Amino acid sequence: MPDAVDASATATAPAARKAPTDTRPALRLAIVWALALAAIVAVLTVDVQGPLELALPRRATLVGGILIASFAHAVATVIFHTVTSNRILTPSIIGFDSMYTLMQTLTVFAFGGSAIAATDGLPKLIAQTVLMVVAATALYTWLLDRSGGGVLTLLLVGVVLGLAFDSLSSFIQRILSPTDYDLLSLELFGRLSSVQPDHLPLAFGVCAVVGGVVWMRRRRLDVVLLGRDGATALGVDHRRELIVALICVSVLIAFATALAGPMTFFGFLVATLAYRLAGTHRHAFVLPMAVGTGVLALAGAQLVMRHLFDAAGLVTVIIEVVGGVVFLALLLGGRKQR
Amino acid sequence: MTVRTARERRLLPALADVTALLVVASLLVGGFELSLTGLFTDPAQLEMFLISRVPRTLALIFAGIAMSVSGVVMQLITQNRFVEPTTAGTTQWAGLGMLLVLILFPEAPILLRMAFATVAAFIGTLLFLAMLRRVRTKGPLIVPLVGIMLGAIVGGVTSFLAARTDLLQSMAAWSSGGFSGIVQGFYEPLWAAALVAVVVWVMADRFTIAGLGEGIATNLGIDYRLITLIGVAGVALCSGVTSVVVGFIPFLGLVVPNVMRLVLGDDLRRSLPWIAIAGVALLLACDLIGRTIVAPMEIPASVIMGAVGAAAFLGFLLKGRQRA
Repeated sequence: MPDAVDASATATAPAARKAPTDTRPALRLAIVWALALAAIVAVLTVDVQGPLELALPRRATLVGGILIASFAHAVATVIFHTVTSNRILTPSIIGFDSMYTLMQTLTVFAFGGSAIAATDGLPKLIAQTVLMVVAATALYTWLLDRSGGGVLTLLLVGVVLGLAFDSLSSFIQRILSPTDYDLLSLELFGRLSSVQPDHLPLAFGVCAVVGGVVWMRRRRLDVVLLGRDGATALGVDHRRELIVALICVSVLIAFATALAGPMTFFGFLVATLAYRLAGTHRHAFVLPMAVGTGVLALAGAQLVMRHLFDAAGLVTVIIEVVGGVVFLALLLGGRKQR
Repeated sequence: MTVRTARERRLLPALADVTALLVVASLLVGGFELSLTGLFTDPAQLEMFLISRVPRTLALIFAGIAMSVSGVVMQLITQNRFVEPTTAGTTQWAGLGMLLVLILFPEAPILLRMAFATVAAFIGTLLFLAMLRRVRTKGPLIVPLVGIMLGAIVGGVTSFLAARTDLLQSMAAWSSGGFSGIVQGFYEPLWAAALVAVVVWVMADRFTIAGLGEGIATNLGIDYRLITLIGVAGVALCSGVTSVVVGFIPFLGLVVPNVMRLVLGDDLRRSLPWIAIAGVALLLACDLIGRTIVAPMEIPASVIMGAVGAAAFLGFLLKGRQRA
């Protein structure tokens, strides 16, 4: 019963918009990635002041951040949509952002605002990620082990925990000194520009490992789209796929959040665009399409904001607002897609 | 008409007694020492009592009424028992309205702030209801998830605007709220909550019927849209005023109506006064806990309520899944 959404969310999936051949999605994929690569080159080279050798490393770090954030949020959101059988949610709402905020707030509360800068290093990044992943995995396995515990229940539990974390965070934020608070607030928004270069190798490693796991399961994920009964009938262990996928999701989101700050609607935005652009439901195309769309969106927003409006710091915020608006539009207007 | 079960006969008087005790305790507990005899012999004590302790307790009472009545009204309108102002985005919209008035008219009097917060809450709640009409698959859990997403968007826009205008910390201060700063002259707008409660009670039968759904309500001769509008307006007024005076109070509107429904059923005429009383008792208890466990500091009632409410919410979710 709790999964009444399943039917309608997946019903359209395999039948609708069957691509005539496989070349069409491949072509679309190539176009999006070509544009994404062009955007990256533009981010690296446009309007460089002074010698290129000086600007390039800094910009390369930014591009690294763009790639990591796009990959993590895009892949996580697509497989999250697949295993939860809905396309209107995004994994960040189940409490990752709130948990991240609470951890940062508690750090500042306990050790002062200078602690944030002082502890910003690999150990902290790893510790935060591990903590978030352990919490999420414990929640998934506990809830999905219970008989009848549906995915929606899981989501709502995550959301409620998130609300409770938020209320605690905002209380602690209230009693911080204004200086500490200013330092903290820098951490609480997505901030691609402050990604540390020495974090990138680890980040690429994490993405490669999780990406490999997801890629090997891409065909099984196609089957999971049929819903629990369909997948089981075809010999896929639905619950196991669910837990593997959710753990992948939590690793990706936790890492991306710890690296570049919370982004709530970015994943939703790129996944939604990717379903349209890919023209197929096969994960082999949808996943790379989502990553490419994410890169294109972040790099494009970076270019526009930096060179047209001179407000590069706002990139993630703009993406968030666009994502939020698309979400609203989809709920208000788009009956057909779901 | 008033057939009462044995369980009600035991529970309701106990609830009334507990609430009365909590009111007395709330009046007497605090940093400034008070004694019952002192109130009559020492004019300074009496003055302090009237300036700070009485307003605080009244504010708690009205906020408890406001949130629990809002919760039950929204649950009837949406026919979903997981909906309340914080899970439908209403309070986040009130927050946005409040921030806008701070940006546009920094010196705005408190009534103008409330007007902005209330109007924003009203618009936001109507938007939420409009979205619900469009969402084809209305599982019992998808409705609050949609509301929470909506609230997250609005909250994100609000905190972004606040960050750009250096109002972020005052936003955090105001939204986590609290009753510690309540003195005479600050809480009075909360009387609006009592007004809304009376209106809802007068129209209780119509709300009960509206809770059966638009089709049935219309068949029974109820103007469903009008009732919905009145309900949303009342909820928006309660949320707007409460947000401005004491901040967000999460989960109260969710926990209290659900618990009371288990005891009293769906007849709002009969259950509304008890829902309001139970809301008052719960909020007073949270405030007393917050005031005493870390005295002389204090934890805002909303934070305690967040923890208690989250636990209760999870309890409902995991236990009563079939009944949803």
